Amino acid sequence: MSSKESTKKTITVALLLCLVCSVIVSGAAVLLRPDQIANKALDKKSNILLAAGIETEGQDVNELFSQFTVKIVDLDQGVYDTSLDPNSFDQRKSAKDPKLSEELSDDEDLANINRRERYATIYLLEKEGEIEKIILPVHGYGLWSTLYGFLALEGDANTVAGMGFYEHAETPGLGGEVDNPRWKSSWIGKQIYNEEGKSSIKLVKTPIVESDPMSVHKIDSLSGATLTAVGVENLFNFWLGEKGFGPFLANLREGGV
Amino acid sequence: MSEVGPKEVIVQPIFENNPIALQILGICSALAVTSSLQVTLVMCVALTTVCAFSNLSISLIRNHIPGSIRIIVQMIIIASLVIVVDQVLKAYAYQTSKQLSVFVGLIITNCIVMGRAEAFAMKNPPGLSFLDGIGNGLGYSVILIAVAVIRELFGSGKLLGIEIFPLVTEGGWYHANGLMLLPPSAFFIIGLLIWALRSWKPKQVEAPDYKLAPQSTALREAH
Repeated sequence: MSSKESTKKTITVALLLCLVCSVIVSGAAVLLRPDQIANKALDKKSNILLAAGIETEGQDVNELFSQFTVKIVDLDQGVYDTSLDPNSFDQRKSAKDPKLSEELSDDEDLANINRRERYATIYLLEKEGEIEKIILPVHGYGLWSTLYGFLALEGDANTVAGMGFYEHAETPGLGGEVDNPRWKSSWIGKQIYNEEGKSSIKLVKTPIVESDPMSVHKIDSLSGATLTAVGVENLFNFWLGEKGFGPFLANLREGGV
Repeated sequence: MSEVGPKEVIVQPIFENNPIALQILGICSALAVTSSLQVTLVMCVALTTVCAFSNLSISLIRNHIPGSIRIIVQMIIIASLVIVVDQVLKAYAYQTSKQLSVFVGLIITNCIVMGRAEAFAMKNPPGLSFLDGIGNGLGYSVILIAVAVIRELFGSGKLLGIEIFPLVTEGGWYHANGLMLLPPSAFFIIGLLIWALRSWKPKQVEAPDYKLAPQSTALREAH
């Protein structure tokens, strides 16, 4: 009994146990990584489809996704970029690369993301040569976490066709309600740009009255999640503004891309 | 300690010595994950697996665990198993693991796993401990599945996502009970289940901690 309780034995048991457990945990992490990455990619695709309002239940996501054209947009110039391969370009990684991103000043950084990548991957749904839907990636800081999501616009590059976040860590039941299907559907049909061409999405706490000329830009906010809602409003206005997809969408409306 | 066979070890925790209904352990996750049956089933499998294997591994090394660090040793084993289960879920049941989110990780702090490791696995051989883990996992599952069936059926008119009661909002006749989708409803249901279980097996009723003293005649007349 005494040998079991000795200091030497205690340390030996602790060390051995830690070693065995760490091997098991890291083994599982490494072995399962490929499947997890595949799942994540699939999840991202089904979120793009969901944002565009395409039903994915019981259908092959990869097949549905193949109807999209993937393109890279140069955010500074507001035009398509052809030098990068859309299938291998990793937008999230490029946001950390000094060569592919720029630092934002405090005034510009509405979405609280510090750096903005120069190139962004977008998804187009085309029918007979006409753009039917444009799906743009957006991200920005909410209350606890960076929210990553997609905004789908109609072919006029102004009307919202849908939106959704695929990654965030906001409080379930409060900020987490950004995933609420009913709330997400309240975005559909809203107009992004006001008469001066400025992105004017607003999340409001008061009831939206139809007679208000601004009501096309207003979305009912989330109760109990003021800071998440402010973050969501800012991140959309950032990504649709001058520093985001604003120039590209303006070009698109004029048919000059 | 009384001698128990493999059969008792598995069957007893289901009704006789249920971890939730009698030992009142693991209530937190029982409230959180039971709003849909599918998520509940995955949670039950995850907890049963963790409980069985933590019991097995702790029992295997029980004669080498120094008393001074035994709780930490148990925690490390349980935590490692939970991480492995979480990784497996992320790889093979991604949507469900997203819904379960933090609750798989919280199995680490689930009192059932710790409680069985400390109370059973530290004193019994590996085979029996493994079965005890499965038994307690089943006991947990029975209550959780019962709660989830009631909550999903009355809260959204569905079971496993299949429509049972057509909802008014979709042209049917059933008004969904919104309370059922909120965590407090699980409290009421678990309470009612415990009541039912104790009416069936009165042995489980705890002796009251104190008795009201009879009023003295003098006090009664003073009124």
